[in-house]
Amino acid sequence: MATTAAAAEAIRRAAGLRDTLNVSFRDEAVRSIYSEATRIAGRAAHQSHERRFDFDQRIDRLVTSPVFGLPIMGLMLAAVFWLTIAGANVPSAMLANAFFWFEDQAATAFEAVGFPWWVTGFVWHGVFRGLAWVVSVMLPPMAIFFPLFTMLEDLGYLPRVAFNLDFLFRGAGAHGKQALTMAMGFGCNAAGVIATRVIDSPRERLVAILTNNFVPCNGRFPTLIMLATIFVGAAFPASFASLAAAGAVMGIVLIGVVFTLAVSWALSRTMLRGEASAFTLELPPYRRPGVLRILYTSLIDRTLFVLWRAMLTAAPAGAVIWILANITVGGTSLAQHIASGLNPLGYAMGLDGVILLAYIIAIPANEIVVPTMLMVYMKTGMMSDMDSFDDIKTLLVDRNGWTLLTAVNLMLFSLLHNPCATTILTIYRETLSKKWTAIGALMPLAIGFIVTILVATIWRLVAA
Amino acid sequence: MSHNCDSCVALAELERMGVKLDKFDRVVALAGNPNTGKSTLFNALTGLKQHTGNWPGKTVTRAEGGFEFGKVRYKLVDLPGTYSLLSASSDEEVARDFLLFGRPDATVVVVDATALERNLNLVIQVLEITDRVVVAVNLMDEAARKGIDVDVRSLSRDLGVPAVGIVARTGDGLHALLESVDGVSSGAIVTKPLHVTGTPEFQRAVAELVPLIEQAAPGVPNARWIAIRLLDGDAQVEEALATGRLAQLVAEQQGATERFSQKMALQGAQ
Repeated sequence: MATTAAAAEAIRRAAGLRDTLNVSFRDEAVRSIYSEATRIAGRAAHQSHERRFDFDQRIDRLVTSPVFGLPIMGLMLAAVFWLTIAGANVPSAMLANAFFWFEDQAATAFEAVGFPWWVTGFVWHGVFRGLAWVVSVMLPPMAIFFPLFTMLEDLGYLPRVAFNLDFLFRGAGAHGKQALTMAMGFGCNAAGVIATRVIDSPRERLVAILTNNFVPCNGRFPTLIMLATIFVGAAFPASFASLAAAGAVMGIVLIGVVFTLAVSWALSRTMLRGEASAFTLELPPYRRPGVLRILYTSLIDRTLFVLWRAMLTAAPAGAVIWILANITVGGTSLAQHIASGLNPLGYAMGLDGVILLAYIIAIPANEIVVPTMLMVYMKTGMMSDMDSFDDIKTLLVDRNGWTLLTAVNLMLFSLLHNPCATTILTIYRETLSKKWTAIGALMPLAIGFIVTILVATIWRLVAA
Repeated sequence: MSHNCDSCVALAELERMGVKLDKFDRVVALAGNPNTGKSTLFNALTGLKQHTGNWPGKTVTRAEGGFEFGKVRYKLVDLPGTYSLLSASSDEEVARDFLLFGRPDATVVVVDATALERNLNLVIQVLEITDRVVVAVNLMDEAARKGIDVDVRSLSRDLGVPAVGIVARTGDGLHALLESVDGVSSGAIVTKPLHVTGTPEFQRAVAELVPLIEQAAPGVPNARWIAIRLLDGDAQVEEALATGRLAQLVAEQQGATERFSQKMALQGAQ
């Protein structure tokens, strides 16, 4: 073909011409771009008066200081969690009340009209209950967490976080900008995986993609918050309850960061060998966040988007659970059969078969793990309504034998398991490699198994 | 500044069309350094709510939206922020490929008024690729607060393309910006872009390669830029030319990618 011949000729000729040119010809060209930019900028921009007081620099000296930088960051994160937990409690309970009252009314109405029992059960106690749980457990914390997080992002705090954490990531052989993609992962791991495009080196980008799942996304926060509130918070006097719960969530997040760094370190020394590359990161000026815009983007774009996705997956999951719980083989339901099959593994992990079943059903979206679990328990425990976190605790502890170990290991497993289907798909789209996608999906799961089994074994040894 | 009135004029003539992109007359690209407010400007013009944030590197894919100004429908493409067009990271590649092969009718380079010198490096590199450029000097309010006066007329004279001072967050100066975009994209404003020329030998080498490249990849825009990259020994460009991917890139960037982009924009918004 004429075109390919011309292409080869152009490349050959270019190589020849390169030799005739001064070696530094392109350096000269780049230098002339820079000097031209300096000249034009010098003519167009003038400093009219001295700046009285550089506020930004003062703040930066504090929040990026080697001594105070990390503690300030920790305090801010803890404050965000505390506000989320303390603020979400009451509205969550109110929403749950309202929904379950409605469920009862609607189911009664269905019966009165004369629908067969399985239609009523499927529609109201299956699909609707799934949706109701997702909305009442997820909406209030998200409506508080997202605006707070977006505010920090808008203010310009994220690059400072990256600055503070840089030495840790560099030590792990990873890219400093991984702190940014990790922060995005708090919102959504799929978004965090896409955000890794800011990392130039393919090796470090892969490290960032494979470890993004170690920070809990908003789909997993409600699980963590609920468990922290019921099991950790409740162990303290009422006035400290939400503080203790926030501390527990904070602890899980820190464990996630430790795993991010440890796994990055391990990858950089085995499959993805290499050194951390240097980069420059601008610290943008602090900007006053636009409150209305933040409310809009965080409530409409993030909260409702995530909620919608959760509802789309919760409805079929609710239906699946209802079917599993109501088709009986030999006197016990399918759900029971599967759960008891999974029980030995669940016990070894300090969990139980029902929790593992819930995780399998919840692969499309992590948001629905808790509602799924509760629905399976409720079907077996014949409990029809739950008005508050206290009722959930009664169901879990008194009727299904949960202990503090179960709660702790569920929090750990919620942090350390396979990413949701959307994230797995995103990893594939970004890497276009089946191998890395499989590693990205299975490695966290394997780590989850190992960690929970270890914790359960040690816990039981110590307790015995 | 009478910023209220300025923005209400813009509001009156500007029709935000969101993602309604079925029919458009001209394509406008938004380029610039990271964190200069491209997405804020994108939202102000299209009425979309692309997620914005105060950190460099937030936009990693290209988002598309539409607006109408002066009876002309525009498709606006928000590109990831880049410091230069010479690097190989995938977000910079998205920006570079679109400017090179997407053939926008106009490219708005958003620059940060408080850091003009560093931002101009990119402007000069964009001028190497395309003549149809409007420079939007954003964050004029922040510059004023820091005591920096930016003379946009001097900028415009030196760069040979229109330069307009704006505050994307408040909508200040958008009307003047859109008038320039209209002029440049319709050809009513003829630009005389600054070209930073190298040595005479370099110029000769480029001139020798251009016809060969045009033969190798028919219809390729910016053969001059590709020649420079070849002389530079850019392995990626060499490969693209040798495998015929260059021709394919031209076709791809001009094709209808709306659905794809919309999906990407949605993911970016999470």
